[in-house]
Amino acid sequence: MSTLALQQRATLSHLDWLEAESIHILREVAGQCANPTLLFSGGKDSLVLLRLAEKAFRPGRFPFPLLNIDTGHNYDEVIDFRDSRACQLNERLIVRCVEDSMRRGTVVLKSPSESRNKHQSVTLLEAIAEFGFDCCIGGARRDEEKARAKERIFSFRDEFGQWDPKNQRPELWDLFNARVHKGENIRAFPISNWTELDVWQYIEREKLALPSIYFAHKRQVVRKNGLLQPVTELTPARAGDVVEELTVRFRTVGDITCTAPVLSDADTVARIIEETATTTITERGETRLDDQTSEASMEQRKKEGYF
Amino acid sequence: MSAIEHLPEIDNGLLRFLTCGSVDDGKSTLIGRLLYDTKTILADTLHAITRTSERRGLEAVDLSLLTDGLQAEREQGITIDVAYRYFTTGRRKYIIADAPGHEQYTRNMFTAASTANLAIILIDARKGVLTQTRRHSYLAHLLGIPHIVVAINKMDLVGFNQATYERIRNEYREFAAALGIGDVAFIPMSALDGDMIVDRGARLDWYQGPTLLDMLEDAPGAHSERDEAFRFPVQFVCRPQRCGNPKLHDYRGFMGRVESGEIAVGDEVVVLPSGKRTRIKAIEIYGHSLPRAIPEQSVTLLLEDEVDVSRGDMVVRAEELCPRAPEPGTVSTRTALVTRRIEAMLCWLDETPLDPQRKYLIRQTTRETRAVIESIVYRLDINSLLQKPAERLEMNDIARVCFRLAQPLCVDTYVANRSTGAFIIIDETTNSTVGAGMIL
Repeated sequence: MSTLALQQRATLSHLDWLEAESIHILREVAGQCANPTLLFSGGKDSLVLLRLAEKAFRPGRFPFPLLNIDTGHNYDEVIDFRDSRACQLNERLIVRCVEDSMRRGTVVLKSPSESRNKHQSVTLLEAIAEFGFDCCIGGARRDEEKARAKERIFSFRDEFGQWDPKNQRPELWDLFNARVHKGENIRAFPISNWTELDVWQYIEREKLALPSIYFAHKRQVVRKNGLLQPVTELTPARAGDVVEELTVRFRTVGDITCTAPVLSDADTVARIIEETATTTITERGETRLDDQTSEASMEQRKKEGYF
Repeated sequence: MSAIEHLPEIDNGLLRFLTCGSVDDGKSTLIGRLLYDTKTILADTLHAITRTSERRGLEAVDLSLLTDGLQAEREQGITIDVAYRYFTTGRRKYIIADAPGHEQYTRNMFTAASTANLAIILIDARKGVLTQTRRHSYLAHLLGIPHIVVAINKMDLVGFNQATYERIRNEYREFAAALGIGDVAFIPMSALDGDMIVDRGARLDWYQGPTLLDMLEDAPGAHSERDEAFRFPVQFVCRPQRCGNPKLHDYRGFMGRVESGEIAVGDEVVVLPSGKRTRIKAIEIYGHSLPRAIPEQSVTLLLEDEVDVSRGDMVVRAEELCPRAPEPGTVSTRTALVTRRIEAMLCWLDETPLDPQRKYLIRQTTRETRAVIESIVYRLDINSLLQKPAERLEMNDIARVCFRLAQPLCVDTYVANRSTGAFIIIDETTNSTVGAGMIL
């Protein structure tokens, strides 16, 4: 065969390849697990997961319900978006609240203002036990954080939900092993190999709708430790704070108390892609107040059962 | 400075590659350099490693700090596990599998190599070809990585001497030929200073070849170099008859990924292991009909006839099914064999040794079967490459093993097909993945 013919052999573009790999992973979850669920927050990564699930399973229904762990500290726009998206898809959405765990006494805050982000792990493990889920599909990416770069696509958790980084199952080729004993759990990450830029390029290509707070809007904020802290009922301005109204957008949407917006006037996906391609700060470094605490903080939370 | 000067106009797809070398070969520095010079490292990450470098009393920023991830690794100053890194040039997306080079971590290199289409093997120019260079090269070859780049690093420490480079290159070529390694490219470099990684630098002007990044940009992607037989392991069967749409009442979609080859509507296919024949009625994805599907594409196949197909079955093209084994000494890429006995090169991955008396579970494509060990033909000494007899296999051992299977598998040889020729071994008591094999 001539060189010319070799070059003409069709291969997938990088987005098509990533999409196909993610669909393959989702179908492996469906094929191997008896009772999986997909963790859906209303954030951009989980919205990408939902489109991938549509591509993987339509015209059928999803072979799993959607599960949201609600800290009670989410932006209304995101919660509304979560509910309407699940409804449009005609898929079952289960919501479990950190506040219910607090009422049960399984989550105890050190102070009322403490971030509930890390306490989501408790509520997640309670939901896993309640429904007997053997696998949770999540939208984590390996480019997000050092500890994630070493996590498997099918990541084993023991019955305490713990991740043991030194004792992970080898993962070769695309042969995934989702076998667990009762009470144990797999966390499956179909977009492990995507970067933030890939996610935005995919959102653009698929014309995915997102909660409005991902796009530039005016918001009252206070500058703190180089980050912008939004002024909300939960995070009011303190005496001495200088409140400014700035044009910002969120790069990630999580718990209000630990997610900071960035200065931006990008009001379309195309402009966000441009900004992402030319940004000089990582997604988590810029926007996650909780990851700055210590160099190993994500690894620590994951060992405790965090998503 | 921007991460990408221009958004992708030409998409040259994706390349997965592997870097191998030991702690002192400058592997982490090389990866750091690739990320840094392609503007993938962002300011806060750079700031963090700059601070750490200063705290450790280093004069320059230690780019290797970019790749040591886990707390335990930082404490011990070594890499424990395979890490995956990403960068893009605007023309192509790259996934780097970063495998630690320690002797006891053969299993990590196995893991990292399993998905790579190119391997960069690092050699310290002061030390030349070492035992571990041979080991890494043999493993890369065994795992079927079609392209090998030998990076002769630390040229700054040998005065950028051309004769040193050529001596190492000739020595490597000799043993590569003995192993049967075909495509090898060589490049002199200094990862520390960045010569020949992304920029050429001024000190290696006697080297006329491409830079490392140019090699990566032009390296052939997986499935692009030869005609392969169509292989479609069924992952999931879609039967949406209860969704209320009467049009879908008889819908039966067979979902999976094209592991190799191509398929078009109208092609005659055989479903393995049953051997039932039918034709492709439609190829779909998310409501769209496609005229054909290409390697690594995830699609749904609809068949003309109502044949019984379930997860674990494999759809192949009728003309690419060869009932006989290939002639000895030849490699057929078009032979799918339904078999209850396989012979394979195996890497044992678990701390608990392989016990030949026990039954294990084998997972190959989307199929699982119990297996017993018929015999351990030999264990391979990975350093001397000599064959030795063995009663059992320890972690990191590589051996030739025969298995008898409770259920038939639909296999190709690994040399012919890296997807249908590969399997993992699962210990049912722990559910852990304890071994990985390549069918001979």
